[in-house]
Amino acid sequence: MTRRQRYEAAQRRRSLIIAGISTALVIAAIVIFVPMAPGWEKVQRSFFNGGVLADTFPKLLEAFKVNVMIFTLCAPAIAILGLLIALARDAKSPAFFPLRIFGAAFTDVFRGVPVILTVYLIGFGIPGLGLPRPYNSPYIWGSLALILTYSAYVAEIFRSGIESVHHSQRSAALSLGLSERQVMRDVVLPQAVRNVVPSQMNMLIALQKDVSLLSFIGPVEIFRQAGVFKSLTANFTPYVGAAIIFLIVTIPATRYADYLMAKQQKARS
Amino acid sequence: MAKLELRGVIKRFGDVTVCDGIDLDVEQGQMVCLIGASGAGKSTLLRCINLLEPVEDGAIYLDGEDIAEPGLNPQKVRARIGMVFQSFNLFPHMTALENVMLAPRRVHVKSSDELRSEVEELFTKFGLADRIDNYPDQLSGGQQQRVAIVRALAMRPEVMLFDEITSALDPQLVGEVLDVLLMLKNQGMTMVLATHEMGFAREAADKVCFLQSGRIIEEGPPEAVFDAPQRPETQAFLARALK
Repeated sequence: MTRRQRYEAAQRRRSLIIAGISTALVIAAIVIFVPMAPGWEKVQRSFFNGGVLADTFPKLLEAFKVNVMIFTLCAPAIAILGLLIALARDAKSPAFFPLRIFGAAFTDVFRGVPVILTVYLIGFGIPGLGLPRPYNSPYIWGSLALILTYSAYVAEIFRSGIESVHHSQRSAALSLGLSERQVMRDVVLPQAVRNVVPSQMNMLIALQKDVSLLSFIGPVEIFRQAGVFKSLTANFTPYVGAAIIFLIVTIPATRYADYLMAKQQKARS
Repeated sequence: MAKLELRGVIKRFGDVTVCDGIDLDVEQGQMVCLIGASGAGKSTLLRCINLLEPVEDGAIYLDGEDIAEPGLNPQKVRARIGMVFQSFNLFPHMTALENVMLAPRRVHVKSSDELRSEVEELFTKFGLADRIDNYPDQLSGGQQQRVAIVRALAMRPEVMLFDEITSALDPQLVGEVLDVLLMLKNQGMTMVLATHEMGFAREAADKVCFLQSGRIIEEGPPEAVFDAPQRPETQAFLARALK
């Protein structure tokens, strides 16, 4: 071993010991102090009840399929609409002026209103027009509310991606005799989309969670189902079960997004 | 009539006049080298000729047709004039072959097979046959720059513009790119170069123009400009550049 390697090995041992001790102390503090709280017994019974969890977990998983379904239908629609809005906002031709105004207004409105409000207004408002079944379904209009809101954010991310492509790429493409449209489609957009994949992954994760907001206008998805079980069992454990199911999906997805982000950072440096 | 004629070309960025009334004749098959300090206006002049920058005033004649006419569709003109950049500017999401095929595929109506065999021939000619399916980041700087040259050539341009194409290369890679320029010259390509390679300009150019503050203040055959410069500014620049 070289001097340097010996030194670094010693440093690593030291870091490991310190990290181990501090982690043990924190866990010990939680295990010792939290049960000393006066309400602990009650909280344990109503939030961490093993029996209730075992009874309700399979049904919660069943209800989670509704979330997955709504998510699966919304995500592609959001990607397409978001991209169209981004392109509309960057359209240069004067004939597209109304489109540009519309794009700007769209993003302002749907980024400016809380998601839950949009879900309420569209989810209750449009079926209120007296649409016949099944077109008055809150599944449809709640999903539309999510699509509109998320498209506004996704469009802004696409726009930042378009701006992140170096102008020399445009120069090179134009110098070959390509039209503005061809330059955008063949050269700028493919690079822009690639640049924003990690950010869009984060939007997908957020969407997966926000699907639960539809519960407020009717659909029985996992959060609503947990609420039903809470009433039936007079116990909050079903909510904890729902949280666990979300985490099983979102933690790997978040890690993956972080990994993509780190990889891209490395490629750029 | 020269292949390319510039008359009183003026380009401003805000208050800064980058090209201040430039006159230049480039004959068919000539290689013209623009030399001068950074910021003298060489690159901007090339970008103006390719209509990447709209000129403020003056005329640019390509085969007698004024391409600086405001309102003219620049696309057709750019397809006739190839340009290669200092920083290569290959499209990173495409292979070397896709980089080269993109524009001919979009602009010309030509069968893909015919085009492909034509392009493969170009790759072979420039010693890139085994690099055809590589992405730009798998190529050396010299290879990238040669692919960029092939990309411009695939459009069968009448004039080629080279904007300091060896400035971003490691010294040992400069030669392979300059060799390509000599090959093109021998084939009779009309070329305008902005360059800091004084040795190359002296050897290969038909005409050398010295630019300062947006004007061509001295021009002539390389022997005249390099060996007996008339203007004190040219003398001072060359004394520094050839040191």
